[in-house]
Amino acid sequence: MSIRVSNIDKRFGDFVALDKVTLDFPTGELVALLGPSGCGKTTLLRIIAGLESADAGRVLLDGEDASGTHVRERQVGFVFQHYALFRHMTVFDNVAFGMRMKPRAQRPSEKQIRAKVHELLNLVQLDWLADRFPAQLSGGQRQRIALARALAVEPRVLLLDEPFGALDAKVRKELRRWLRKLHDELHITSIFVTHDQEEALEVADRVVLMNRGRVEQVGAPEEVYRRPATPFVYGFLGSVNLFHGRVDGEAVRVGEDVLPPDVLTHEAGTFDHGAEVVAFARPHELDIVVDAGATAGVAARVSRILAFGVTARVELDGVNGTNGQHFEVELTRDQVAALGLAEGQAVRLVPSRLKVFERETAGAGAGAAA
Amino acid sequence: MDGETYREEPLMSGAVAMQWSGAGDSAARFETKAATREAPLVKWLIIGLSLSFFAVFLLMPLVAVLVEALRKGWETYLTALLDPDALSAVKLTLIAAVIAVPLNLVFGVAAAWAIAKFEFRGKHFLITLIDLPFSVSPVIAGLIYVLVFGAQGWLGPWLYEHDIRIIFAVPGIVLATVFVTFPFVARELIPLMEAQGKEEEEAAVVLGANGWQTFWHVTLPNIKWGLMYGVILTNARAMGEFGAVSVVSGHIRGETNTLPLHVEILYNEYQFAAAFAVASLLAMLALVTLGLKTWVEHRAAAAHNENQDGTS
Repeated sequence: MSIRVSNIDKRFGDFVALDKVTLDFPTGELVALLGPSGCGKTTLLRIIAGLESADAGRVLLDGEDASGTHVRERQVGFVFQHYALFRHMTVFDNVAFGMRMKPRAQRPSEKQIRAKVHELLNLVQLDWLADRFPAQLSGGQRQRIALARALAVEPRVLLLDEPFGALDAKVRKELRRWLRKLHDELHITSIFVTHDQEEALEVADRVVLMNRGRVEQVGAPEEVYRRPATPFVYGFLGSVNLFHGRVDGEAVRVGEDVLPPDVLTHEAGTFDHGAEVVAFARPHELDIVVDAGATAGVAARVSRILAFGVTARVELDGVNGTNGQHFEVELTRDQVAALGLAEGQAVRLVPSRLKVFERETAGAGAGAAA
Repeated sequence: MDGETYREEPLMSGAVAMQWSGAGDSAARFETKAATREAPLVKWLIIGLSLSFFAVFLLMPLVAVLVEALRKGWETYLTALLDPDALSAVKLTLIAAVIAVPLNLVFGVAAAWAIAKFEFRGKHFLITLIDLPFSVSPVIAGLIYVLVFGAQGWLGPWLYEHDIRIIFAVPGIVLATVFVTFPFVARELIPLMEAQGKEEEEAAVVLGANGWQTFWHVTLPNIKWGLMYGVILTNARAMGEFGAVSVVSGHIRGETNTLPLHVEILYNEYQFAAAFAVASLLAMLALVTLGLKTWVEHRAAAAHNENQDGTS
């Protein structure tokens, strides 16, 4: 089933949780709502479920306006962040709950319920836990039971609120893969909320990036990562180096240094002379120049070299007008050796690729220079 | 990873055992650590002080009641209890409790529900209001009803015309009892329901449960021990209330006398043995209440422990 939300507004007192949000969720896709806490992603999910009502705007389920439909009748499956399993019921009774609450005329027989519950518990690979209570389960098990319970009422959409938020890193990774596999089997339209970029990029077909109640960018994981549309997205996805500067002809001036025009002419050309800008470069998009006579690039001093992985990471402190800023460059270990880098050495950073945004719109991306 | 979380013992007893051994362990920790261990003199002084206080102020009156009650033998004791006036007092006390407890159970759940699950104007005022019966003297509580329903009160003349008797009659006693026992259930449930939040109810609604099903299958099982605790306290107070009931009762023997009032009358008439015999009934009620209360606390603690596991 497809979901469409159009022009959704929601306020809590003076706080704007959602500001004219319009989104399409096509049938059968697994979509991630990604953003920092307080960006409105959970509120949007709850509005789609019907647990919260929007101040303005509409929710269309399969093309039909669902704004007036009660949660009970929306046929959505909702998995809560802290699972919300009924603590006084066994796993079996938890999963059977939705079927048992149906009006007598539609209620399956106890035998059918039993068969269905075991089918679902098999699906989440926890049939052997049917008689346990939620308190006797591990976090990952609870999560899967919560999912089985949501699926028991044969929902048309599956909504998951921070599904892996409360789990430790290892279980999280395991469940992530498992959820993806499950979705590929069931093909039920699903939306999940997360603040973890890795999770969103790894699991979802499409990622919706949200910030301060607005949608910043929608796209496939690869697309949003490679081509961030706004400074916020740039800063939020992956690590990034940030330069505050001013457009000077074809080049960008950062303090006393100049970022050479060749990497950014096609980007900076659209800006007025003297415009305040911020420029972003990923750690692998910065080259280190050790030649003391070089004048291009931003001056910096090597503060630490971390060479324990496949790639080496070099941390640098800015000098000359970028004082107090930190940069991060990713190199192969061979490159580090070839450059003969040492801690404390003065170098210049020259970006091989640079994305420039006008300053006003860039406030949200600031502080993401790590 | 799955095997580790399973516990062999039956849940309840396991959790209770943990609860008790937990208290012992922490005391033992204080004792064995040099940093927190007190000198023997201090230790025995504190223990002696608290034990003697307990003996003088709590245990002695209880013993005294039983000793005095039986001073003139079983026969006098039974006669005092089987006296028609005493029986009528027992009956009235039971009537007051049987009406007040269910009423306050319903009011208390409704009030706690409203406060814990809804946002509305005047919520804080309601919370304050719920505590009123605790903060106001019971005598004032009684007087309020006299002022409203009494012969000289606001509704007095109208009630008199229609031959409805509230003050110096059973309805007044029930009203006063309901008033003074109102906060117990609500007070017990509000923090419990607030701590539990709305998530389970939301889950039930998303799964298609209607309001009543949600309450019956999800909310009620989660609050049952707190509710039970509140009911026990309500009952104890309903049967033992003296001040408010005394004001509205009129002390008509065999008609508007509850057990505590009957004790007072007997005592004032120098029938000490009879007074203590009736008082021993109330004392036993107190003991039963304490026993029930302790039992419920255990169950609640056990349920709580499970939930702690559940959220860890």
